[in-house]
Amino acid sequence: MTGYMRPHELTEALDGLARGGATVLAGGTDLFATTQAPRLSGPVVDISGIAALQGIARGPEGDWRIGGCTTWAGIAGADLPPAFDALRAAARVVGGRQVQTAGTIGGNLCNASPAADGVPPLLALDAGVDLASAGGMRRLPLAAFLTGPRRTALRPGEVLAAVTVPAAAARGASAFEKLGARAHLVISIVMVAARVELRAGRIAAAALAVGACSGVARRLPAVEAALAGVPAAEAAGRIDAAAVAAALDPLDDIRASAAYRREAAADLLRRAVARAVNQPETEAP
Amino acid sequence: MTRHDPGLPLTVNGAPATLRPDRARRLSEALREDLGLTGTKVGCDAGDCGACTVLLDGAPVCACLTAAGRAEGRHVTTVEGLDGAGFAPLKAAFLRHGAVQCGICTPGMLMAAAALLAEDPHPAPDDVREALGGVLCRCTGYARIVAAVCDAFGPDDPPPAPGAGAAVGAAVRRLDGAPKADGTDLFGADHWRPGGVVLRAVRSPHHAADFRIGDLAAWAAAQGNVADVFTAADIPGENRFGCIPAFADQPALAEGTVRFRGEAVAIVAFEDDGSPQDLTGFPVEWAPRDPLLDPAAAEGAALLHPTRPGNLLTEGRLRHGDASAALAGSAHVVEGAVETAFVEHAYIEPEAGAAWMEGGTLVIRACTQAPMMDREETARLLALPEDRVRIVPSAVGGGFGSKLDVSLQPYVGLAALRTGRPARMTYTRAESMMSTTKRHPARLTARIGINTAGRLTGMDFAGLFDTGAYASWGPTVANRVPVHATGPYRMPHVRAVARAVHTNGPTAGAFRGFGVPQTAILQETLFDRLAGAAGMDRLAFRRLNALADGDETATGQRPGGIGIGACLAALQPHWDRALAEAAAANAAGGPVRRGVGVASCWYGCGNTALPNPSTIRIGLSPAGRVVLHQGATDIGQGSNTVIAQIAADALGLPLAAFDLIGPDTQLTPDAGKTSASRQTFVTGRAAEAAGRALRAAVLRQANAGDGAALRFDGARLIVAEGGAERVLDLAALPPDRFGHVLTAEESYDPPTVPLDADGQGAPYAVYGWGAQMAELAVDTRLGTVRLLRITAAHDVGRAINPVLARGQIEGGIAQGIGLALMEEYVPGRTENLHDYLIPTIGDMPEIESILVEVPDPEGPMGAKGLGEHVLIPTAPAILNAIRHATGAAVTRLPALPHRVLAAIRDAGGGA
Repeated sequence: MTGYMRPHELTEALDGLARGGATVLAGGTDLFATTQAPRLSGPVVDISGIAALQGIARGPEGDWRIGGCTTWAGIAGADLPPAFDALRAAARVVGGRQVQTAGTIGGNLCNASPAADGVPPLLALDAGVDLASAGGMRRLPLAAFLTGPRRTALRPGEVLAAVTVPAAAARGASAFEKLGARAHLVISIVMVAARVELRAGRIAAAALAVGACSGVARRLPAVEAALAGVPAAEAAGRIDAAAVAAALDPLDDIRASAAYRREAAADLLRRAVARAVNQPETEAP
Repeated sequence: MTRHDPGLPLTVNGAPATLRPDRARRLSEALREDLGLTGTKVGCDAGDCGACTVLLDGAPVCACLTAAGRAEGRHVTTVEGLDGAGFAPLKAAFLRHGAVQCGICTPGMLMAAAALLAEDPHPAPDDVREALGGVLCRCTGYARIVAAVCDAFGPDDPPPAPGAGAAVGAAVRRLDGAPKADGTDLFGADHWRPGGVVLRAVRSPHHAADFRIGDLAAWAAAQGNVADVFTAADIPGENRFGCIPAFADQPALAEGTVRFRGEAVAIVAFEDDGSPQDLTGFPVEWAPRDPLLDPAAAEGAALLHPTRPGNLLTEGRLRHGDASAALAGSAHVVEGAVETAFVEHAYIEPEAGAAWMEGGTLVIRACTQAPMMDREETARLLALPEDRVRIVPSAVGGGFGSKLDVSLQPYVGLAALRTGRPARMTYTRAESMMSTTKRHPARLTARIGINTAGRLTGMDFAGLFDTGAYASWGPTVANRVPVHATGPYRMPHVRAVARAVHTNGPTAGAFRGFGVPQTAILQETLFDRLAGAAGMDRLAFRRLNALADGDETATGQRPGGIGIGACLAALQPHWDRALAEAAAANAAGGPVRRGVGVASCWYGCGNTALPNPSTIRIGLSPAGRVVLHQGATDIGQGSNTVIAQIAADALGLPLAAFDLIGPDTQLTPDAGKTSASRQTFVTGRAAEAAGRALRAAVLRQANAGDGAALRFDGARLIVAEGGAERVLDLAALPPDRFGHVLTAEESYDPPTVPLDADGQGAPYAVYGWGAQMAELAVDTRLGTVRLLRITAAHDVGRAINPVLARGQIEGGIAQGIGLALMEEYVPGRTENLHDYLIPTIGDMPEIESILVEVPDPEGPMGAKGLGEHVLIPTAPAILNAIRHATGAAVTRLPALPHRVLAAIRDAGGGA
């Protein structure tokens, strides 16, 4: 293939990738940032012009599909149910407007930064990813797709075609909390997403995820389980700092100490849960 | 790309254009190189600074993160197209509101603003902050930018041009502003000559290593586009530079040993034809050494420089009275320590420039703060007589001290000299951060005492400064710190020692304040504890102890025009209000606690007890204009405007009659370096003298007295006195060697008295004074700090230009906020603008500036320097407010959330 192709059809892109050796370029906000050179090296398949990878749609079963090349600006401005509020909030803090205009949700996942702001909200939505290749399509849970810091299950020749959210997880309301050392353009010290469903004023289901406190952002099943059946107003207070800390594996780095991250994660989860339970739409039908 | 590819068609600023069909290239690169649209600035190539923001089909993107291929067939709008897109009023608003300082971020700010304004022509300030959050500015503190965008389509009625004698004190719009808002001002990377070479440096990846260069000829031949390669052996002159000649120790290209990560060992000159500049496989073998990175271990470590035992660069000492006895006899003594980090200047313009030969003269056009020093150092390195080197500073996209040292000037100079072809070079962001100077990390300890009345008795201060691999301005820091250690207070007994030691860290040099900001952090935070020990209000404690006219400083000097008392007094009503508001907010309880803090500054303007003259030349042209040869480099702070204002009033002709020349070492006399807050004072005095001298010459010609009024009538100069008018027909007078019919040139050097072995003397002829108050809220569960308001009172003696003075204050506060809360440069770890954090538009509190005018007997028209003073009080005021809010004493900077939370816990607080 030639040095750079920007096809309009997914099949064309996949054929190009099947020949091997090419880099997939989506929004470019991570790829160009990894080099100080004036151009990307090697063959490049730019997938940003493929209509099939764009946009957000709801399927007949109530499941949601977000095209892999949907930008953060597209997500922030989309008409989505309250379960996606955390994702939409994350979309507004990924870089500045310029990055949100170009950066894509698929690129964010494939880049697999431990501090990727999009991941905790998607984990809280039980998201999956559709991976397309010339050989066909496969689906993985997001948690299985992200295999480590800067590592994914993406195979050569594959493109992250869509992020999927099952109908069962698109319920309730959610909130996102990001902690960084400045207001804009900041790599998170910790960020959390919480999605809760209420029934008769009590927690029917809670999905909690924490980012930047382990190689890959994590759900916190034990902490979630402890909230089941708890009255909404008491839920935030029931988040046990020790249980949160036990579920995480943070590092000491230039942004914060590991001990601080553990503590902050619990506090941010309390804030996120408190906000989520106060959304009027949280009550299940 | 195929052989017959016709190129990449797109629409740029409404007109069809074609880019080279290199589609995986950054759009920023393509716009600049193929279309010459250099208004799109490149600050980081990583989407971290937003300077390259353009509109792609109306949406803001970072051109550096956009593949050129993606723009094919689409509409791109750059700053050059703003007028055509209906945004000329936005540019006018930036100038009207003083939103432009150095101008390097201005195009990015304008484009991000244009995208917002297209949706909402009258945005609220919060909307502006949200929309502009992706563009960094290091100069302005953002407040004027927010105001300008909110008022983008407001009325643009320019204030009446000040008449003769009324320029000083007028809020004149900056004289060099328009091209900055148009994107036509040419910065270091924006001007080059075709057919030349483009340079890349090979730099050390190690903090310390020996190295051996291999077969250069074979490597160069294999590349196919390498015109030449230079190593230390190719430096024709003395391969050693340094801004203080006695300490000059840095090779332009390392000789077998590197002493810090990022040190250059070779320069490769590639053909400037768009072909890749690939350093892969460059033949160098490294033998890393164990690096010395801890300044406390410097004394016993292997020597970086064999002539400096104990790795001690220099030590500054001051002894005044008997500090030990005074402390022993004090009613209360407090003791404390503070540790600060390397701080990066983080101007948005990485170092860039070009060089070419004009006859036998080497011309270097690059970003700099010190053209004459560049000429001296480059000439010495290249073994050229100084008159064969001409330095023409480009527009400078921020400096703050680091662009005082030469960076790429010797490299482009060497390449132009050796190849005979034009050469250009632009540092990457990573190179800029790795290889240029930093603020000194400091480890400071002090004991300070008071008597039963709350008056200061004595101070014992010791500072260890990590000066990194080479000397740079380390000696200046070591000398300035003891002089300023007391703050602007009466301290009868002082002992102060500042040691600057070498490590294999980046070279620490000049950065706005030369060590005084670090020192003030310790002194001012200890003062809060002293006020507590004395049972006094913290502002009252400072007012009680503030220097006043007639008082003696720790060097035994009695400065004139002391304005600290007036500054502290100006804060009093704000202080009373803020304390009441914080108390009311805290009475409600909860995990968020409000606090208020105050801190002062003083700062000596000009070199420390060393000569630093400035010379200004002013001429009358045969065409009836005043020509100001202005050699003071304007790095955004405003000297082009301020010096002209002073000259205009001294001469007695209106500012509008002035044309500016320079800076240019061939066309302007030496106005010294833009450093040490000296330009308004020192060059201002020279301008005042030159203006008066030219006026005297005119009056002599016209046989008129000093009360005469001057005005132009075309090429005729009218001298009016009493009822009579005399006319000088300038066109009829013979031009001198400058082309002027009358020329005056005057110099000024501040009168100082050298410091003796005990640091006694009169090191500065003028001091500036100030005090700031920070109001903030601390979240005691997360340790996060939210700034609410900073009130800044600065004594400028005479505000030559109040808009520019306020711009300096707001920008200095932004850097002080960064120093306090987020900035920490770690070599090898934070060599970009996403791991190294500077304040964004959303991090700035409301700022209220109070300009205090206590005339200085020595300053021009009473004026004092301001540029560095403004960031000194910010960090200690913030730390004092954090302690007021929570009891937490943060002693290691920056006060990142985890450090604040730990300090809250140490203080027994927290939610």
